[in-house]
Amino acid sequence: MSRPGRDDSPDRLYTLTGGRSRSGSDAFDLVTLVVTESDPVPGMQSEHVAILRMCRFPTAVVEIAAELGLPVTVVRILLTDLHDTGRVSARHPRSAHRLPDPDILEQVLVGLRNL
Amino acid sequence: MASEISERPARSERPALAGTADNGLKIVVVGGFGVGKTTMVRSVSEIRPLNTEETMTKAGEAVDDLDGVRTKTATTVAFDFGRITLDAHNVLYLFGAPGQERFWFLWDRLFAGTLGAVVLVDTRRLADSWYAIDRLEHHGTPFVVACNDFGGPPHTEAQVREALDLPPEVPLIRCDARSRASSKTVLITLVEHLARLQKAPELTP
Repeated sequence: MSRPGRDDSPDRLYTLTGGRSRSGSDAFDLVTLVVTESDPVPGMQSEHVAILRMCRFPTAVVEIAAELGLPVTVVRILLTDLHDTGRVSARHPRSAHRLPDPDILEQVLVGLRNL
Repeated sequence: MASEISERPARSERPALAGTADNGLKIVVVGGFGVGKTTMVRSVSEIRPLNTEETMTKAGEAVDDLDGVRTKTATTVAFDFGRITLDAHNVLYLFGAPGQERFWFLWDRLFAGTLGAVVLVDTRRLADSWYAIDRLEHHGTPFVVACNDFGGPPHTEAQVREALDLPPEVPLIRCDARSRASSKTVLITLVEHLARLQKAPELTP
């Protein structure tokens, strides 16, 4: 299987993240929805530009990773950059721990039954 | 590098979510190779299933040192996923995840906060599911077991339950992962199970 990112050398990933390996926090869940808050500007790292274009509508972290062909870890670091500078906002999942509240489960059931 | 991105095939046939979407939810479909995980994800997803990956170093910590990737052994786990818009706010992501051992090192990192799991089994290869069931119990993740129908000799529910050593409160259903209606029923069975657990938390694994 060959696609961008998958077989890239660690060197490229190193460059993308400026050598960082942690996103500072685990704030970005796989399904955190990311929304662009400001347009890309000239000179911006191309992956950042791609993310800002992609997230004009809410887009989950895992979708960004799939579209960019980059590991989730790397995408989290890129997102932290953008978030720290206010270029994106993050809508985190409401039920990140253990069983969600009954209202959410009911909403999921209704949504599934309506499929 | 800018051109590299723009030249990539447009995967963005992906319909955009509504601007109001603000709550992502996760359900994981776990199962052995070839059991139909991707098929199930595809049958209910509103997007063509996408594939991505996560990497970790052998030390057990998620990539703590990209710098050292060249010298450490990195483990990569690929998984695919689909998406179901439930309403204006809630979006359900359905992950098809391999049940093999290395995957479970990444469970907390990837699937913390998962609503629950579907263990998809092929009744001709029930033993393939033992490890996944054991790990889900270990992580305290509620699950249902769905037997994908491959047209083999039918097993009774009791036979499957016994072979999987499945507690009576864990729902066991048959399904056809190719069928949207059938896969939808599996998901509904899981969420109804979650709702029951909520009322009786002592049943949580």
